[in-house]
Amino acid sequence: MIYADNAATTKMSDAAIDTLTRCMKETFGNPSSLYSIGQTAKEVLEKAREDVAGVIGAQPREIIFTSGGSEADNQALLTAAALGKKNGKKHIVSSAFEHHAVLHTLERLKKEGFEVTLVDVHENGIVRPEEVEKAIREDTCLVTIMYANNEIGTIQPIREIGAICRQKKVLFHTDAVQAIGHIPVNVEEDNIDMLSSSARKFHGPKGVGFLYVKKGIKAENLITGGAQERGKRAGTENVPGIAAMATALKEAASKLDENTVKLSAARDRLIAGLKTIPHSALNGDEHSRLPGNVNFCFEGIEGESLLLLLDDKGIEASSGSACTSGSLDPSHVLLAIGRVHDVAHGSLRLSIGETITDEECDYIIKSVGEVVEYLRGFSPVWRDLVSGKKQFIL
Amino acid sequence: MALYSEKVMDHFRNPRNVGVIEDADGVGEVGNAKCGDIMKMYLKIEDEIIKDVKFETFGCGSAIASSSMATEMIKGQPVSEAMKLTNKAVAEALDGLPDYKMHCSVLAEEAIKNALEDYESRKNNK
Repeated sequence: MIYADNAATTKMSDAAIDTLTRCMKETFGNPSSLYSIGQTAKEVLEKAREDVAGVIGAQPREIIFTSGGSEADNQALLTAAALGKKNGKKHIVSSAFEHHAVLHTLERLKKEGFEVTLVDVHENGIVRPEEVEKAIREDTCLVTIMYANNEIGTIQPIREIGAICRQKKVLFHTDAVQAIGHIPVNVEEDNIDMLSSSARKFHGPKGVGFLYVKKGIKAENLITGGAQERGKRAGTENVPGIAAMATALKEAASKLDENTVKLSAARDRLIAGLKTIPHSALNGDEHSRLPGNVNFCFEGIEGESLLLLLDDKGIEASSGSACTSGSLDPSHVLLAIGRVHDVAHGSLRLSIGETITDEECDYIIKSVGEVVEYLRGFSPVWRDLVSGKKQFIL
Repeated sequence: MALYSEKVMDHFRNPRNVGVIEDADGVGEVGNAKCGDIMKMYLKIEDEIIKDVKFETFGCGSAIASSSMATEMIKGQPVSEAMKLTNKAVAEALDGLPDYKMHCSVLAEEAIKNALEDYESRKNNK
């Protein structure tokens, strides 16, 4: 079996599992309790906060532990909205291919009277800083642009966008769920005010994540109750999960260079191989993309059939296909980069892991080629394309 | 639990009656690529009996399985019987489809009816 859906979620690392189970057995106390076992849990919690902060160049007190990336995105956007409201600023700049945790929160804010400008992500899947600058108005309270796209893996010019926001004195949030642990991120150097992350994307456990909020910004509390997380997120902390996240993140950071070299080589091998399939195209920029992300469209076929047949061949991948999500519309990301519906339905995302071998890459290339050819064999769309009744797009 | 029943997976992996009938007596096509599903049905009819049926489908697993099952259900049947095929019968024969995939069985029913209508109109124009 080749697991090639690491952008969906990753397998926990052995070290993270060790931390998790050890913490469950030995440090079960409530970190808010004053007796020893509670204080030991508190120490574990605060050590994790230091470790997480250290990896992204933040101060420990700037880290709020959350239930994951979606909660962190919600908290960041609602924080900026609350501050904006107070100052009479109700305009937000974002992009069309953000994660739904951002897009749906923006929809909610629109109902509360906020205006949203979505900047173009262009054919290469990369936001242009000068267009962000143009979109910023007097009443802009937030710019939120993801660090790397979850479907096509394109890396955004975050540092440049951050610098513009600093200069314009507008808060800047980035959903870095796909980036943290995979590419170098430093909140200071990248001029980031708020950043969301999720443990399960870097071999940590599910149900844990964090939000970085730069010192001086008053975070909005979404969950009221006790005074945990300096009053910014009530509820007894998931100490084992948080500790395991810190272990996984430190491990990912220490292996970052080594993994980048390995994954980029495998990614480029896959891209080169899949390009040889006729009437196919890579989605998103070839170079400014996450080391483990490959995303293709194949004309004349539909993505779910492709995924099911690849699964039969032992390859687990995903697609921006309509049918996988239960809606008739294909991926909003592929539409945002200008792929037409007909082509966007035939997409494949491979997000490879660090253990991938050259042989596995070659097996994937061969298998995808076979399945695409087989499905085209009885596709009425393909027949129309080949007979000239319809024009090829790719 | 798997996404699809064993029956759906069987018809998806080994679709019956795949292909084209060059001298078909009726051809039907429904759906569009924009929505992600297109089905095309070809019928060979003799003495009001469906002697042969072939299909081509662009679509998801349940679209391919629904096409395959529908062709099996009408092959050898009189035209009058085939006209009575319902999407529900196709879905039931497949041991059910997920709710949001029921439209695939609707497309299969429509594709067959579309092909039968084409046959009828060709007959009337003779």
